[in-house]
Amino acid sequence: MLPEIPQTLYYLLSAVLFTVGAVGVITRRNAIVIFMCIELMLNAVNLSFITSGSFLNSLDGTIFVIFIMAVAAAEAAVGLAIFVLIFRLKGTVHVDDFNLLKG
Amino acid sequence: MIGIGIGFKWFIFVVMALMATGSSLMIVTRKNPIHSALWLIVTFFSVAILYVLLNATFIAVAQVMVYAGAVMMLVLFVIMLIHLEWGAQWKSKLSFAKLMGGIITVMLFLQILAGVFTYGSVGQMGSYSTEKLAELGNTRAVGSLLYGKYVFAFEVASILLLVGIVGAVMLARKRKD
Repeated sequence: MLPEIPQTLYYLLSAVLFTVGAVGVITRRNAIVIFMCIELMLNAVNLSFITSGSFLNSLDGTIFVIFIMAVAAAEAAVGLAIFVLIFRLKGTVHVDDFNLLKG
Repeated sequence: MIGIGIGFKWFIFVVMALMATGSSLMIVTRKNPIHSALWLIVTFFSVAILYVLLNATFIAVAQVMVYAGAVMMLVLFVIMLIHLEWGAQWKSKLSFAKLMGGIITVMLFLQILAGVFTYGSVGQMGSYSTEKLAELGNTRAVGSLLYGKYVFAFEVASILLLVGIVGAVMLARKRKD
């Protein structure tokens, strides 16, 4: 008979997803792909919140995840609007080509 | 998930974990941003199924609706709007910065692993056990907590969303000058 799925495996999956997202943020130079990797990292954190809440018989993790989702949605709207604006200004979303804040 | 056997749970967990890992690797390695976005949708769906496995059905539905629906639609729309799909040239040459980034990220991963395997789950046990949630209904329990104990944070989140909408409209409208 198999045991119940241990908590550690969920945390392990969350760690793997977070690391893959971090690799994407560091190595990719396309702003929209970087944005998607940030969403992936947020998802990994959400997974570990839900795991903790589920194994501690608590719903506070779920509430946190709802707020993270709200912040991610607002971030998506504003961030993509900024990308469209930068594309109009520069003709590219390649992050190495932006030095607008350099002064 | 009360009525499902343990073996079936393990099967679902292993399949979804492999699917999430594989599709997240595909996000990072594909050259075309549209392909990355579509693989990200696969990742979101498999994570949503893991939420169902963890008795968080409300969050699973919200994940599919908010992430896989709204956010990814926005991302795909923007990729198509700025013609990224034919301008997608990703030079995969190995530079010093990428190598250092990879090393730093592997160190980050090892640190997280050390944390996962060293610390047990600490924290107070709450009162929402699986049986109580099944009796009460997951959505009803989340709703009563969200509009009861956390109502102030909920209102702040609504203001944040309003600010986000106004900001996006202000940024994206056509300038006169």
